[in-house]
Amino acid sequence: MHVYELNHETQEELEKIQNNLLLEVKNLSLTIERFGKGWTRERLYVIRDFHLKIHHGEVVAIVGASGSGKSLLADAILGIHPKNSIVDGMIKYENELLTEKRRKRLRGNDILLIPQMTNALDPLMKVGKQVKTLMKQNNHQKAVKQIFQKVGLDPDVYDQIPSACSGGMIRKIFIAMALASEAKLIIADEPTNGLDYESIDEMLFQIKMLEKDNKGVIMITHDLEAAMKVADKIAVFYAGETVEVVDKKHLKKGGKFRHPYSRALWNALPQNGFIAIDSTQPSATEKLTGCSFAKQCPKATKKCKIEKPLLKEISHDEMVRCFYAGM
Amino acid sequence: MTKWLGAFMLECKNIGFYYNRSNWLFRNIHLSIERGEIIGIYGKSGSGKTTLAKIMANYLSPTEGEVLVDGEKSNHSEVYPVQLIWQHPEQAINPKWKLSKIFEEAKELDQDIPSILGIKEEWLNRRAHELSGGELQRFCIARAFHPDTRYIIADEITSMFDAITQAQIWHALIRLVKERNIGVLAISHHISLLERISDRIIDFNQLKGASEKSF
Repeated sequence: MHVYELNHETQEELEKIQNNLLLEVKNLSLTIERFGKGWTRERLYVIRDFHLKIHHGEVVAIVGASGSGKSLLADAILGIHPKNSIVDGMIKYENELLTEKRRKRLRGNDILLIPQMTNALDPLMKVGKQVKTLMKQNNHQKAVKQIFQKVGLDPDVYDQIPSACSGGMIRKIFIAMALASEAKLIIADEPTNGLDYESIDEMLFQIKMLEKDNKGVIMITHDLEAAMKVADKIAVFYAGETVEVVDKKHLKKGGKFRHPYSRALWNALPQNGFIAIDSTQPSATEKLTGCSFAKQCPKATKKCKIEKPLLKEISHDEMVRCFYAGM
Repeated sequence: MTKWLGAFMLECKNIGFYYNRSNWLFRNIHLSIERGEIIGIYGKSGSGKTTLAKIMANYLSPTEGEVLVDGEKSNHSEVYPVQLIWQHPEQAINPKWKLSKIFEEAKELDQDIPSILGIKEEWLNRRAHELSGGELQRFCIARAFHPDTRYIIADEITSMFDAITQAQIWHALIRLVKERNIGVLAISHHISLLERISDRIIDFNQLKGASEKSF
C-alpha cells in the first residue's frame, strides 16, 4: 500500500499558515426536516460531513454533482439556510468561532455571497448605485466607474437598471460589488453557469483579480474544468461529504486525484475519456453506514460497505476520504 | 442534390428570423441533417442558436424560408417528427405531475428506453422537485422518443450537469438515436464535448457569416 509522506513544516511556518487562515469549517452537517405523507416526518441529510479550510488570497473550488446540496453549503456557512433545517458543526472565521451574532455582523460586510441567480439585484435601482452602497469611502461614483472598467464594463452601465443588462454583464456587476466592498471572503455560487466559453475565461480571470486583492474566494461549481483553471485548491463534494481536498500544485506536477470519485469525474470529462460510471449518487433520504461511494466504486471492498472512512490528512491542507486512496 | 436523397433529411432552406424588424437575428441559413447523423453546433451566447432550434422544432415560424422534414413541410395534425430537448429540465416538466405521467405524454414509448437512460423505478412515483436536474433530464429525453420522432434537437442539454452525469446522458442518447436512425442537432458551447459526440461540427457564427456575404 502506498503511504503518503507528511510534509513536516517548521513550527514557524505552521504558525504563519495558521495566522493566514480565513475560514475553517469542520464536521459541518445540514439536515432538513419535513413532513412526509400524513404525519410522518422525513429527514433529508443534505450535508453530512463537510470540511474546508481557506486562507487569505486563495481560491478554493468546491466541485460536486448537480443536486448534491452545494448551494445549501453556502447558505449554511452564511447562516441563511432554510428555517426547517438544522446545522451542526464548527465554523471558525479568522481563528475565532463564528457565532450567530458575529455572523450577522460579518454577513454582507466581511463575507459576501455572489448568488447564482442573475435576478438577485434590485430591479428598480440603478446598477451603479447598488454597487455604491457597498463602498465605505467617499467620492463614490468615480470609484465605482473605475471598478467597472477594471472588470470590463462600460462606465455608462452605471446609470442602467438591471433589466437592461445581459446575464454576463450582471455577473460582472457582482464581481464589481465584491471588489468595491471590503469583504475578505467571497462565496461565488456557480459563477460560470450558462456562460459561453469566452465569458467563462473572462469570469475566471476576474475571480483571479479578487484573489490578487488578497480576498479568499470559495467557488462553488459543477464544472471541474473551470475549477482546475482558477482554483488553488479543489474540494470534491460527494453525497454531502468532502471526499477529497487536493492542491493544484499536486495536479500540475502530474499527480492524480486520490479519491475514486474525483478520478471518475476527471475521466468523465470529454477531453479525458468521456467515461460514464454506472448509477447515481445516494439520495439525501438514505442513512449511510459505509463509504458514500462504495456502491459505485470499482475498488470497493467489504470494509467500504460497513465502515465509514474518515478524512485522512495528507499534508496540512490536502485530505482524502478513502481507505485505499491513491492506489 | 437529387430529390430522393433530400427525402431523408431535416433541411433548413434559406431561413431568416428577426424579433425586431430593424434587426435580423440571422438570414439565409442553410443546414441539413441526415437521419442517423449527429451534428454539433457551437457559437456565442445570444447569437441565435436557441432561436434556430425553436424554428427547426416548429415552436416558432421562420420570418423567411422553410423547414422541410424528409422533404415535406410540417403537418400540425400529428406528432411533430422533430423534438426539442431543453437546457433546463425543471422548467420543462409540469411540477404538479407525478413523473410516471411524463411517459404518458410520449404515448407509445418503447419498453427499454427508461432502462437505457438509467431511469429508476422508484423515481416514477415522485414529483419534479424531488429529483435532481440530471435525473429529470432523463425523463425529458425519454419523452422525446415517440415512435414517430425522426430528428432531435438537443439545446445545451447537459451544460448544467457535472461531467459524470453529462457522459451518462450522452452515452445513452447516442445509443438510442443510432439504434433508431434518428438525426440529432446538438447545440453546446463545449467544443470538446461536441468533438466526442458529433459526426460533424459547425460554427454557428460561420454559418451566419457565410450567409451574410451572399446578401
